[in-house]
Amino acid sequence: MVQAGAPAPNAFWRRALRHRSFTVGALLCLVVLGAALLSLVWTPWSAYEIDVASKLRPPSSAHWLGTDVLGRDIVSLLLVGARATILVGVIAVGIGLTCGVALGLVAAAQRGWSEELIMRFSDFTFAFPAVLSAIMLAAVIGPGMVTSITAIGIFQIPVFVRVTRGSAGAIWAREFILAARAAGKGRFRITVEHVLPNILSILIVQATIQFALAILAEAALSYLGLGTQPPQPSWGRMLNDAQTLLFQSPSLAVYPGAAIALAVLGLNLLGDGLRDLLDPRLARQR
Amino acid sequence: MLKKLSIIALTALVAVVAPASAQSKKDSVIVGMTLEPPGLDPTSAAAAAIAEVTLYNVYETLTKINEDGSVSPLLAASWQATSDLKSYTFKLVKGVKFQNGEAFDSAAVKFSFERAGAANSTNKDKALFQAMEAVNAPDAETIEIKLKYAEPNLPFLLGQATASIVEPKSAPTNATQPVGTGPYTLGAWAKGSSLTLAKWPDYRNAASVKLSKVTIRFISDPAAQVAALLSGDVDAFPRGTTARTIAQFKSDPRFTVLIGGSKAKTIVTINNKKKPLDDVRVRRAILAAIDRKAMIEGAVDGLGTPIGSFYVPGSLGYVDTTDINPYDPEKAKKLLAEAGVTTPLQLSLRLPPPAYARQGGEVLAAQLAKVGIVAKIENLEWAAWLSQVFNGPHDFDLTIVSHVEPFDLVKFTEKSYYFGYQSEAFDKLYQKIVDTPNEADRAKLLGDAQRMLATDAAAGFLFQPQWITVINKKLKGVWKDVPQFENDFSSWSWE
Repeated sequence: MVQAGAPAPNAFWRRALRHRSFTVGALLCLVVLGAALLSLVWTPWSAYEIDVASKLRPPSSAHWLGTDVLGRDIVSLLLVGARATILVGVIAVGIGLTCGVALGLVAAAQRGWSEELIMRFSDFTFAFPAVLSAIMLAAVIGPGMVTSITAIGIFQIPVFVRVTRGSAGAIWAREFILAARAAGKGRFRITVEHVLPNILSILIVQATIQFALAILAEAALSYLGLGTQPPQPSWGRMLNDAQTLLFQSPSLAVYPGAAIALAVLGLNLLGDGLRDLLDPRLARQR
Repeated sequence: MLKKLSIIALTALVAVVAPASAQSKKDSVIVGMTLEPPGLDPTSAAAAAIAEVTLYNVYETLTKINEDGSVSPLLAASWQATSDLKSYTFKLVKGVKFQNGEAFDSAAVKFSFERAGAANSTNKDKALFQAMEAVNAPDAETIEIKLKYAEPNLPFLLGQATASIVEPKSAPTNATQPVGTGPYTLGAWAKGSSLTLAKWPDYRNAASVKLSKVTIRFISDPAAQVAALLSGDVDAFPRGTTARTIAQFKSDPRFTVLIGGSKAKTIVTINNKKKPLDDVRVRRAILAAIDRKAMIEGAVDGLGTPIGSFYVPGSLGYVDTTDINPYDPEKAKKLLAEAGVTTPLQLSLRLPPPAYARQGGEVLAAQLAKVGIVAKIENLEWAAWLSQVFNGPHDFDLTIVSHVEPFDLVKFTEKSYYFGYQSEAFDKLYQKIVDTPNEADRAKLLGDAQRMLATDAAAGFLFQPQWITVINKKLKGVWKDVPQFENDFSSWSWE
């Protein structure tokens, strides 16, 4: 049951389109998503085709942003790179969301020793940065996309556990939960039917912010050589490749850098906008 | 106003400071190096970085290998060989002392060579020292070496870092406290950042050594290397990985760019023991898929000479074998089909960290993809590469690496080496080369050996790299060509 005050779908969208940071953020995210989808069916050149003879070309009508050190088309690399970014982001946040929310809900519903156990465990995981756990994982199973997804995903779990437990705890203290218990509903049903729908907006906002962090983490790991492996293009690795050419062709570092910055900015703006739009109190004030 | 004043003050400061710093530079130099040596004993560990610090600086050898690859006397004043080239007599220079005050004599030479050939020796050229049947010291200034086979290159081989002469008492601690007969002693070593060599005042030719202090900074990141040179943090960077920025240094009047030849061979190592790479047709297909020109352009920005075998131009008996397995993708596909390989063939391509390997690996993977071979790239750190690919289980299909040692055809006769190459015909041919003292005959046989390795497609022979050394224009005496990895600081000076 959703609390009163949540606006009807149409009203929501009307409000959303008037919200500046939401529209800008959504637009940027759509551009990244569109780039990734477009790369599945079309790129100006093959992102894997190496043509050393035409390396480091400046922007031209053939290569809109020029070519990299091995003669690959930058636009194609950026388009295909968006795929890795989104894939890692979605799966890693998915892992974090699924495991984190489940554990958080259990902690809020059960209290007692199981809450202690879950929260201390998440504190423990939280103490390890994603990069560190990725290095450990890479040492065990070798570097690659799976490694970076797993490492980032695990890193996301404690964040969602804390957010879920905190907000779910507040819902459990409300009168309508008491009413539901009086009506004979069990903890599991209350969690699914009353608690989860009421914290959903908070989780969506948190997920967009975590998505942005996942993109940054993926770029960092690929930059360090622990993430996406060549020849699969990735923005982080493009940055790494550009590093040795900073004096010669600085623009090579600008393009992937700008792509990462815009994607992260877009997600943060989107998250901000969603927080405003989904908050029932703020909605009523307008 | 304030701005103007500060500019005037700054100009004055620069005017005062600049000549002073130029003067203080006259007898010291700061050198950049890509890799830090793991220790400082070149006779017990293989890393080339050890020789780059110590050879001819801290330690000396009987002979000295010059810039052009010729050999001249160093600790040995003269030498003679018997006509079968199996026995050599060296006359040592008199009155030489080790840096710890001990006298240098034939006993130290005998000790050094016997230690290098001992059963528990970890010397990179252990095989050479084990081939010495006897090292005799008839008197303090004479050393006689008897070999199991004819070795016309012995004077050259004894000029390498692995043949450094050490002092018996200090030898066990040489890795951290090196003692040699050379012009420099170890000053300080800040692990992970820099190392200082100080001029040894009691060196026999101390007057000819111009630089009293050499600071070596370890900078592995290519971008940081460029920045260090541009900012003047280092005065010289021998064999840095600055190929991409070479144009920038060439056009800058502050720098001299030296592009020198090498005896190195950059190759795609094919694990000859693994299926289906044990089939010569598959190896030939891999070679036919490789476009060496694009490879050289992609891996080292065009600074390399194509080679077709494990031998480089300018060496005795060199023959051009690049036309034995030429670039021909159609032929590669046919060869794979003939060998009964189902494409796409999945192979692992495990790469060490240097830029030539990482970039070359991407080019190689793209070229192989065109003939139906999927090379899965795995970028490894040095330690992982050494333990998984080079030593140990040889767990790889393909890799790319530079073999920097001169004259090492012998590696193809070693059964446990990571090439996995086994050919009785080659072993016999190599033995014949070793047993042939006549130079013209040897040259002919060496040509046969190169052709045999090329025909067998024993490895994907790519190119002979060129080393790029960027130095301050005022620095003189730095070698352009390096027959082996070393820096002869005693010949360096400021203009």
